Amino acid sequence: MTMTLTAPEPTRPDTRSRLVVIGNGMAGARAVEEVLARGGGDLFAVEVFGEEPYGNYNRILLSEVLAGNAATEEIYLNPVEWYAEHGVTFHCGVRVVRVDRFAKLVYGNDGSIVRYDKLVIATGSRSFFPPLEGMWQDLKTLTPGVFGFRGLDDTAEMMRHAPDHDVAVVIGGGLLGLEAARGLQNYGMTTHVVHAAPTLMNQQLDAQAGRILQRSVEKLGITVHCNVRTTAVLGEEKVTGVRFGDGSALDCDMVVMTAGIRPNVELARRAGLTVERAIVVDDQLRSVDDDDVYVVGECAQHRGQVYGLVAPLWEQAGVLADHLTGVNPRASYHGSRVATKLKVAGVDVAAMGLKEPEHEDDEFVQFSEPRRGVYKTVIVRGGKLVGATLLGDVSKVAFLTQAFDRGLPLPEERIKLLFDIGGPSPEVGAAELADDAQVCNCNGVTKGQLVACVRGGEHTVSGVMNATRAGKGCGSCKSLVKDVCEWAAGGAVEQDPSERWYVPGVPLEKAELMAAIRERELKSVSAVFAALAPEGKEDAGSKMALASLLRTMWNDEYVDERDARFVNDRVHANIQRDGTFSVVPQMKGGVTTPEQLRTIADVADKYAVPLVKVTGGQRIDLLGVRKEDLPKVWADLGMPSGYAYGKSFRTVKTCVGSDFCRFGVGDSTALGIAIEDRYKGLDSPAKMKLAVAGCPRNCSEALVKDVGAVAVEGGRWEVYVGGAAGAHVRKGDLLATVDTPEEVVTLTGRFMQYYRENADWLERTYSFVPRVGIEHLRAVIVDDSEGIAADLDRRMQESVDAYKDPWLEAGQPATPGQFRTSLPLVELPQVPVRPAP
Amino acid sequence: MSTHVLGPAEAIPEGEGRAFVVGGEQVAVFRLRGGALRAVQAQCPHRGGPLADGLVDAEVVVCPLHGYAYELADGCARSGAGALLVYDVEADPAGQLVVRLPGRRVEEVGGAAQARLEDAFAEPVA
Repeated sequence: MTMTLTAPEPTRPDTRSRLVVIGNGMAGARAVEEVLARGGGDLFAVEVFGEEPYGNYNRILLSEVLAGNAATEEIYLNPVEWYAEHGVTFHCGVRVVRVDRFAKLVYGNDGSIVRYDKLVIATGSRSFFPPLEGMWQDLKTLTPGVFGFRGLDDTAEMMRHAPDHDVAVVIGGGLLGLEAARGLQNYGMTTHVVHAAPTLMNQQLDAQAGRILQRSVEKLGITVHCNVRTTAVLGEEKVTGVRFGDGSALDCDMVVMTAGIRPNVELARRAGLTVERAIVVDDQLRSVDDDDVYVVGECAQHRGQVYGLVAPLWEQAGVLADHLTGVNPRASYHGSRVATKLKVAGVDVAAMGLKEPEHEDDEFVQFSEPRRGVYKTVIVRGGKLVGATLLGDVSKVAFLTQAFDRGLPLPEERIKLLFDIGGPSPEVGAAELADDAQVCNCNGVTKGQLVACVRGGEHTVSGVMNATRAGKGCGSCKSLVKDVCEWAAGGAVEQDPSERWYVPGVPLEKAELMAAIRERELKSVSAVFAALAPEGKEDAGSKMALASLLRTMWNDEYVDERDARFVNDRVHANIQRDGTFSVVPQMKGGVTTPEQLRTIADVADKYAVPLVKVTGGQRIDLLGVRKEDLPKVWADLGMPSGYAYGKSFRTVKTCVGSDFCRFGVGDSTALGIAIEDRYKGLDSPAKMKLAVAGCPRNCSEALVKDVGAVAVEGGRWEVYVGGAAGAHVRKGDLLATVDTPEEVVTLTGRFMQYYRENADWLERTYSFVPRVGIEHLRAVIVDDSEGIAADLDRRMQESVDAYKDPWLEAGQPATPGQFRTSLPLVELPQVPVRPAP
Repeated sequence: MSTHVLGPAEAIPEGEGRAFVVGGEQVAVFRLRGGALRAVQAQCPHRGGPLADGLVDAEVVVCPLHGYAYELADGCARSGAGALLVYDVEADPAGQLVVRLPGRRVEEVGGAAQARLEDAFAEPVA
């Protein structure tokens, strides 16, 4: 017997269930996509009915099409071919006229009859036409010149009509009406908006916001008539005007109806489904009457709410698909918190939650600046954001949306919800940034690159940062990077547990890590990896932080493994772009002597140092020193290291103080020297730069230092912490005012020890202080509320006692080849020798 | 292929790297914790940083200038930069470092990683 190998297999009968979707708008199409994305194509033969003879398009962008900013084809989400390509039967341009739930049949207006096992109703909504005299020519035909604004056909007809007509009246001053009026201006039309309510966009905005919006819209040349009811459309053959409730009339040759939308529920009602304001559904988006009928989008009423925005619709489609395909049978929709951000006729508007306070104890913060068209409110209840409106300036929308969605803790000063006060990149929220806006200024990463990375499947902020290197320079953009990622992921960014770890290679937060190190007496970096890292695996990116932490904890008991150090700490100098190093000798309080200066000058000559520069910390920097010259340079200098290279205590800047300055009220120079002398070289999670000012004029900029002391009249000193004037600018918070310089030294040390033990790696005090709160710091450090002040002082003293000048290694290198060049064929230095100006 | 002896492996502290001139090329040799040896080109392809000064673990070296990380085994960059040349390196029975030229570079070819010999380094000096 022979067998024909090429014989076609008999066609198998399609055993899949039949899923029929009525409606091909944004909700219906999204539901289909979500079902297919969950492997629904294997479970269901999918058929879609769409009344409009097009593929699926983005209805939100119709106003862009009308305004001429987008071509029709640009707003298609799925063209007609998409359906066949995805195995979906598409009844294009077919309206469903009847659903027989008992026979499970759907009847199309082209005579088609389709059986279903599961049905999705996504019939959406339509323009509401209030009963106006003269609007209709007959039961089905609008008077020529009258338009709805709901679909592509409406838009196309308006675009055909507008160019050779002069005056348009838009009835309805909501979002869509304002967009229509703005769009029609582009055809040279004079436009009026007639609104029955007292203020524009009264669904989303309170009265004051509505009035400010009106001023902004009127500035654009749109005439607004509020509190005006339209009673009739005038004209027999075509529109010639409208008449208002007070009897007056307005001549026009075009009328656009944007007085609201109504859900399309007639089909469902005739099928016997419960309909109130829309079709009533349960938490699985099923009709409450029929487990085989799902409803999604604007025609669904869930827990009394009907949503007219796209974000809830997406959430609904996701839950529907989870449940329908059985991917997650427990999927459940609990309603959406609606936050919208729009550009209405060129004016930025963001609104979420309540528009006005409802309870007596609701906190209500309001800012109004009508001349600039800016209006902002927030409503806080029980410490959570429950409503916000931003008009004209939406820079805070990213944070507010997150706070609203997730119930984030809010700043104590509520005004900070409305304005950035002293924060980085104040004007721009994540959503507002242009795609080509540079977010990370160190590594040149744009918003567009971050968004592409998120869209490319990276779902954690740390993953995006690793892949793009954004936030990996000075780090000051990290929060903006996070905002952009969250915005790009639509809030679906995943929490990477490693973000909370002190170092990426050991899965412990700082407190847990320190406890484990102490308990198991881990005194070297390799011991920490062996005991605490997964599979004992060492991690290059964790070594420097662990070395710093272990030294902080163990002081001279620390087992110093040189390979765990960053190169700067291996050779006690700061590596430069060409592989040479910079050498900064200690110069306490910025005070030097002629003798020191002569020595420095001699060294600079002897080693042909390309650049000698005074630093921001009042020291002298020798730049471009070759690695192999470092020990000789130190020996010739005969001065201790200034630690201008480490994550450590750096320097104390001072003014000349009371000895010389005629304004000085305290001896800032002596105090600065005392502080530097005591705390020099201390390891810490990030560098610490200090200053002491002899009077409140603050010439040494003590208010913007990690720790700053300021002399005030009466022999007292103010101690500020958490200031910064680098990548980030922040005025320090007043920790305490004390009577003696000795107390300044003690409090400075106690604060720095607390910071060393509690800050995240690379977390500068300008982040740490606001994170833990100045009130908390005052309580712990000044008032000793936790009874740990003596312990902090003792541990600080141990660190102080363990200090050793690293430049003493000049005589005997700690490792073989410690100062050997790492670029043996490169002629160094490569930095240019700068001639004296 | 040429073979070069660079002196005792102990000249490199455990967990660190040192740079050598090998056949006219700069090579960074690392002695990892546990004793394994790795050798890659000495200059970072990003901005020419000295990789021998970088922190290493069993898998990567991190350039000290801007934190770019490279796989020590095949030279591939972990974050958006060109790949490093990698060299065969071992300690001979006398404990001497032995490096072989030429190096290999892994390149993305049509989406698949392929190793190829680097022609530029085909000519031995020693």
